[in-house]
Amino acid sequence: MGLRIKIGKVTFPNPVWVASGTFGSGEEFQDFLDLGTIGAVITKTVTLKAREGNPPPRIVETPSGLLNSIGLENKGIDHFRKEVYPVLRELKTKIIISIAGADKKEILKCAGRLLEEEPPDAIEVNLSCPNVTQKATGYRLISQDPRATERIVSSLRRETTCALIAKLTPDVTDVAAIARAAEAGGADAVSLVNTYPGMAVDAEDMKPVLGNVIGGLSGPAIKPLALKAVRDVYNSVNVPVIGIGGIMTGTDVAEFMLCGARAVQVGTANLADPGAYTRILAEFKLYLKRKKIDKAGALTGRLKT
Amino acid sequence: MKKSVNARIVSNRRIAPDHFVMEVKSVWLSRNSSPGQFVAVRARENATDPLLRIPLGVHAIRKKGIRLLYKVVGSGTKLLMSKRKGERINILGPLGNGFDLTPVFREKDSRAVIVAGGHGIAPLYELARVVTRGKKKVDFFIGAGTKKHVVCSKELRKLGAKVHVATEDGSMGHKGYVTDLLKKHLKQVKRYGTRVQGYRSRATIYACGPRPMLAALAKNAKRSGVPAQVSLDAYMACGIGACLGCVVRTVDGYRRVCKDGPVFDAREIVWESA
Ligand SMILES: Cc1cc2nc3c(=O)[nH]c(=O)nc-3n(C[C@H](O)[C@H](O)[C@H](O)COP(=O)(O)OP(=O)(O)OC[C@H]3O[C@@H](n4cnc5c(N)ncnc54)[C@H](O)[C@@H]3O)c2cc1C
Ligand SMILES: Cc1cc2nc3c(=O)[nH]c(=O)nc-3n(C[C@H](O)[C@H](O)[C@H](O)COP(=O)(O)O)c2cc1C
Ligand code: FES
Repeated sequence: MGLRIKIGKVTFPNPVWVASGTFGSGEEFQDFLDLGTIGAVITKTVTLKAREGNPPPRIVETPSGLLNSIGLENKGIDHFRKEVYPVLRELKTKIIISIAGADKKEILKCAGRLLEEEPPDAIEVNLSCPNVTQKATGYRLISQDPRATERIVSSLRRETTCALIAKLTPDVTDVAAIARAAEAGGADAVSLVNTYPGMAVDAEDMKPVLGNVIGGLSGPAIKPLALKAVRDVYNSVNVPVIGIGGIMTGTDVAEFMLCGARAVQVGTANLADPGAYTRILAEFKLYLKRKKIDKAGALTGRLKT
Repeated sequence: MKKSVNARIVSNRRIAPDHFVMEVKSVWLSRNSSPGQFVAVRARENATDPLLRIPLGVHAIRKKGIRLLYKVVGSGTKLLMSKRKGERINILGPLGNGFDLTPVFREKDSRAVIVAGGHGIAPLYELARVVTRGKKKVDFFIGAGTKKHVVCSKELRKLGAKVHVATEDGSMGHKGYVTDLLKKHLKQVKRYGTRVQGYRSRATIYACGPRPMLAALAKNAKRSGVPAQVSLDAYMACGIGACLGCVVRTVDGYRRVCKDGPVFDAREIVWESA
């Protein structure tokens, strides 16, 4: 069975990856699975300078979902280069580094520092974290603004030949338009969805539950929304789409691929069960076998309508 | 090292109106857990609601397994309540750092003052067991709303601990908060003399309970010059340090309750924002 897929010039051993912010730096999961079996690890988003993150409480469970407002807590790109990246590079796994920033300048500087090292397998530029206000545009998030999206992706494109993935928010009127902007900027792929903005209320105390009031919703609750977003984008761009949102089983992986995803990312499932990845990949392989599909890539966009 | 195990339930019984004790068989958890560590249990298999695990303190370490004490407060713990003997339950653990017992065991006549608020008693029973077994004195303070919610007092007396009870409605022991009862006692604690880690005290406080209780306790402990270790509660997702969801503000910035705690030195916590 062929599980390999290609994004840009990079070949990945399989299309099931782990999503940014839900897998730490991988180290935390070593007791539970062989990291070498993972299609790719996308690291927690790193920014130019250290960020403290949002005040707690930062997470709360909602029906079949998880609402988080971590706020991109991280120790900054220099710490990442010194302490985290060298360890990651030892893993026999494809590494995709997620970066973000408040505006183009900050994102470019962050990428520049990163690229002083040996480049990773890919860079995912997170243009869509709902927990920080981005000042590049009149919008709250960069990927709500097609022009800012294209401008930032194209300037990153000029900096590096390394595979470039733009991670998008679904919180827009037309996500396909944003994806086309990322494609026009030169992205090798687009990944979606990042979390949906949401909030939880404690009626007893008459207060919001999260310290930051609003957060991002992930988990099975968002899967139907994410499937639709992936399909909309698949139908209007030529670059590969990477599907994310509520994947808990191998069947969920298949659903995203049928809607047009070339690869997927597993997020919240890792938090509910640190061994989830292994089970999901095994279930997906069984699905392919049962359907007599010998190349995972052949599933992409095969939805019968 | 942590593991996720499918442990068999040995018993699951009610010990008070809303409190249950579940014993599970797992040699792994028995051998590797220490007082103050916790586990994360899955209330229902193959379901997305509840989605996350329930963190529970290690209540007692048995030869071939562990006990968990839980209060039924919501949908997850309600599901636990209906589990039967013989069923299996998925448990992730042991997680976090437990209590530091070296201050109690270092000096000849040092002792532990243990303070439990509500279901905060869960991880403290095992602590009291280890301390009394090591021939050290234990003063155990239990705070609860009302008499019916005072759990474990008999078992603690059996261990040889001196038990002090406070209930908010006065139905048992001192009427009022356990922290007020403790405050009186701290004057006496000071008379225990000399030092633990630079304190002029031979006693160390170990506490677990609601944040406001721990905040009050931390203030009194500081004023009295008695060291205190507190076990914190926080909403958790992963339980293994990966998501940064469970942080508490400390003097060194945000730290993860699940991995850097749940036990912290009370002086490290920034209580105003907690
Ligand atoms: C390290 C750690 C150890 C714990 N040990 C024990 C233990 O030994 N025994 C025990 O009874 N409980 C313990 N708890 C608390 C326990 O995890 C929660 O009570 C439980 O998760 C509630 O789940 P539920 O689905 O029944 O409630 P939910 O339906 O999720 O919530 C019911 C109510 O409880 C509140 N709540 C839920 N979880 C928390 C939380 N983590 N912190 C504060 N409020 C919360 C909610 O806001 C809501 O008001 C511990 C928590 C932590 C973090
Ligand atoms: C606790 C948490 C932290 C996250 N942090 C990041 C992050 O740093 N960068 C990012 O691009 N996405 C982040 N995400 C979003 C996920 O990568 C993913 O897009 C989203 O959770 C949807 O997938 P899921 O439903 O499988 O979790 C985070 C999600 C969660 C739950
Ligand atoms: S619960 Fe995920 S870091 Fe503590």
